[in-house]
Amino acid sequence: MNTEELKIKVTELLPNVILEEGTEWLTFNIEPAQLKAVATALRSNDALQFDFLFCITCIDWKTHLTMVYHFNSTIFRHNVVVKAKLDVAKPEIETLCDIWRTAEFHEREVYEMFGVNFSNHPDLRLLILPDGWEGKNPMRKDFEDAVNMIRL
Amino acid sequence: MNEIKDNVTTQVPPLGGQGVADMIINIGPQHPATHGVLHLVITLNGETIKKVEPHLGYIHRSIEKMCESLSYRQFIYVTSRMDYLSAHINNHACALCVEKGLQIEVPERAQVIRVLMDELTRIASHELWWGAMAMDLGAFTPFFHAFRERENINDIMEETCGARLTMNYIVPGGVMQDIHPNFQQRVKSFIAVYKSKVDEYYEMLTGNTIFINRMKGVGVISKEDAISFGMTGPAARGSAVTCDVRKYYPYEIYNKLQFDEITETGCDSLARYLVRLREINESVKIIEQLIDTIPEGEFQAKTKAVLKLPKGEFYQKVETARGELGVYIVSEGGTTPYRIKFRSPGFSNLSALDHMARGSKIGDLVAMMGTLDLVIPDIDR
Repeated sequence: MNTEELKIKVTELLPNVILEEGTEWLTFNIEPAQLKAVATALRSNDALQFDFLFCITCIDWKTHLTMVYHFNSTIFRHNVVVKAKLDVAKPEIETLCDIWRTAEFHEREVYEMFGVNFSNHPDLRLLILPDGWEGKNPMRKDFEDAVNMIRL
Repeated sequence: MNEIKDNVTTQVPPLGGQGVADMIINIGPQHPATHGVLHLVITLNGETIKKVEPHLGYIHRSIEKMCESLSYRQFIYVTSRMDYLSAHINNHACALCVEKGLQIEVPERAQVIRVLMDELTRIASHELWWGAMAMDLGAFTPFFHAFRERENINDIMEETCGARLTMNYIVPGGVMQDIHPNFQQRVKSFIAVYKSKVDEYYEMLTGNTIFINRMKGVGVISKEDAISFGMTGPAARGSAVTCDVRKYYPYEIYNKLQFDEITETGCDSLARYLVRLREINESVKIIEQLIDTIPEGEFQAKTKAVLKLPKGEFYQKVETARGELGVYIVSEGGTTPYRIKFRSPGFSNLSALDHMARGSKIGDLVAMMGTLDLVIPDIDR
């Protein structure tokens, strides 16, 4: 499906989402609480079949955090981007581990780097940071490291 | 003397086996078979693997954070240090992403040079993998054969790019400088040498019964699981996943080239091995199509000295030697990226190792790791 067809199909299936304009791939914003339902719909709909979650990341906008999920279908070769805005003080969102196994590692990375809590994640521990890491999450914009920071 | 004797524990540690407590074994972070600082904590029952738990971060440099303070020209060079065996392809992905944001049209000559370099890099990477993997399994000779051929590619790179491993040859808009006058002739002679030697590879390893016994049925992962774990590249194509970015999301001139996507249906280590070995031949095919017809013209588009990406988000995926590399740039309109994410192929491929290894013997783990072709800086970033 091309982006136009995809847009029609997605708005038909998920009427509550807010589409973003001027992006390469179809992008839409959802409420964090909707994630599980939206993800399940994207995965299980016969005309969509987003079976490949290829990128999970987070962006720190200082006032809020944005979770970004990139989905792809290995059958139809179309892509979609889903974004959810999180509260910066208490970021929390549902895990997608039970639908895509790859989410397990990617979410652990986001957890330690941005401090996002993934509810119902089976094994939410530090992955890259050393055990016993204390202090702020390194990828947050307010993270300061007097010794190792690279700045121009 | 007596004191020391008293301190020696006389307790015999429990042997593994049915009904006996599990044993935890650490492989790495310093271990020859991990080819880098990968740390695997393995839970064993006897010789059977119950769980593999990777502990990452020994070579984590936070490249993503570093890039946030580097300009769009500078950050490309840091990415050579991610997957250092596909350094050129990493640079390519970043340059493509910046060009997408700025809508720079790359001259055809630069496109062809880039693709040629990509494929040479891929061959060099697969050659190294082939030799190193054979060595992990106890065959020492293939390593020398593989490195003999790989050395030629490094020499070609050195002549044109000035470096042998971290090439840093690609800049936004094209390539840094024109190819060396010897380039075409040297590549052609390399291809001739490679073709005369490739049969040896199959004779030495692929047809070897001991080797096949160690690979066949080892580390099986189904097609559905491979996709679910986000596996890409030759590792996924060994499980019949069609995922070659060059074919399905072509960049540069890949849509004009004739080459096949190699897949195998074995889903095991042997299948992944065969995919990679056959992929070298496809890269040779691509090089042969291009090497005599490098178009004349500019090797670099004219760009501004200071690059400023418009506000927005840009994603570019390319096929590295290990799979799909994604570069995701979030720009606020300034001279440095607001956020960069590298979706590295090794990270996702490694996540499948636990699933693959459960229930198999510890001796097979090396074969699994070998055919996943893990490069640790690519995983840790």
